[in-house]
Amino acid sequence: MDKKNTFLGALINGLLFENPTFVLMVGMCPTLAVTTAASNAIGMGLSTTVVLVCSNLFISLLRNLISEKIRIPAFIVVIASFVTIVEMVLKAYMPELSATLGLYIPLIVVNCIIFARAESFAFKNGPILALGDGIGMGLGFTAAITVLASVREIFGSGTLFGQEIMGSGYQPMSLLTAPAGGFLTLGVLLIIVNMIRKKIDARMAARKGGEPA
Amino acid sequence: MKEYLLMLVGCLLVNNYVMCQFLGICPFLGVSKKFDTALGMGLAVTFVMTLASFMTWMVEHFLLMPLDLMYLRTIAFILVIAVLVQLVEMALKKLSFSLYQALGVYLPLITTNCAVLGVAVLNSNNGYGLLQSTLSGCFSALGFTLSLLLFSCIRERLEMSDMPKWMQGFPGALIAAGLMAVSFMGFSGLIG
Repeated sequence: MDKKNTFLGALINGLLFENPTFVLMVGMCPTLAVTTAASNAIGMGLSTTVVLVCSNLFISLLRNLISEKIRIPAFIVVIASFVTIVEMVLKAYMPELSATLGLYIPLIVVNCIIFARAESFAFKNGPILALGDGIGMGLGFTAAITVLASVREIFGSGTLFGQEIMGSGYQPMSLLTAPAGGFLTLGVLLIIVNMIRKKIDARMAARKGGEPA
Repeated sequence: MKEYLLMLVGCLLVNNYVMCQFLGICPFLGVSKKFDTALGMGLAVTFVMTLASFMTWMVEHFLLMPLDLMYLRTIAFILVIAVLVQLVEMALKKLSFSLYQALGVYLPLITTNCAVLGVAVLNSNNGYGLLQSTLSGCFSALGFTLSLLLFSCIRERLEMSDMPKWMQGFPGALIAAGLMAVSFMGFSGLIG
């Protein structure tokens, strides 16, 4: 069974098996930069998802028209156009979010996730699969950075989505919201994810070994 | 003169792109396994970032502003950078083959280095002049190179060390980078 051959398969693949942040390790700059608060992470994640879904769909539709040689500049133009649209929409309807994310919104253009999916998936597959892949990868990225941001926000400032949850006596570890905390938290989360994946792999291998070939 | 000296210290230490602003993390984690490759990448990025700051300023002030096309800024900047990287690659191949061989592999990667687009957008947001933009590009790139070189030295040591299995590779590198960022926090407030 090839998991990537259906819409749902492509979606789940992006969300879990090839999660862009924890497994593929791409798109690290926004991952670390905007995860000081959970609400920022969701904003960033969803903006990236919108761009990723649109660019995946478009590139997949245009894949027979774009010649192999000029595909990189073509990808860049498609991605940059969608980023500009998202940038304008955010500025018009969510000025606060747009101000906090600031520089990192135009930088969605150079987010390796979008580029990598265009090159390795959308350019080779039909529009429906590419759409599933875009949604899965985008939501996988959003989920991963929201988890990271929640950990940093809870321990770094004692709040979650701006609500105080650790009690008034809690002394926030401000290191975690500082840049250094981003690296440390992501490192620790990766260790946990790796441990869980090793366990699952071992269990899968054991189950396969038990079945008659 | 004093102003530019302060800018140098600021870009190198206080507002280091990698350690304090999270720009250019991908190459920072990707090509920092060996000192030599880190040096090559650092030089290539410095070269492109200085040129890109200069070129994007020109494009912004002589093309986008007069034609009232500022909403196309992101597209224009990334295209300028992509074209510039290609040109630099071709020029190096013709002019200095030894330098091309040393930097060649890293050049295509620079297009997607967010530090390059980042510095262009920051220059434009801050309304820097031409000299200021170019210098800020150059100094920030030097800051990137500094942290890349330091980190590659740490990672060469990490390879040798006996770490628990679940920490080998990326998790260990990230935690080492975190500790390095803590030490860079010490520079904050150095200049006001």
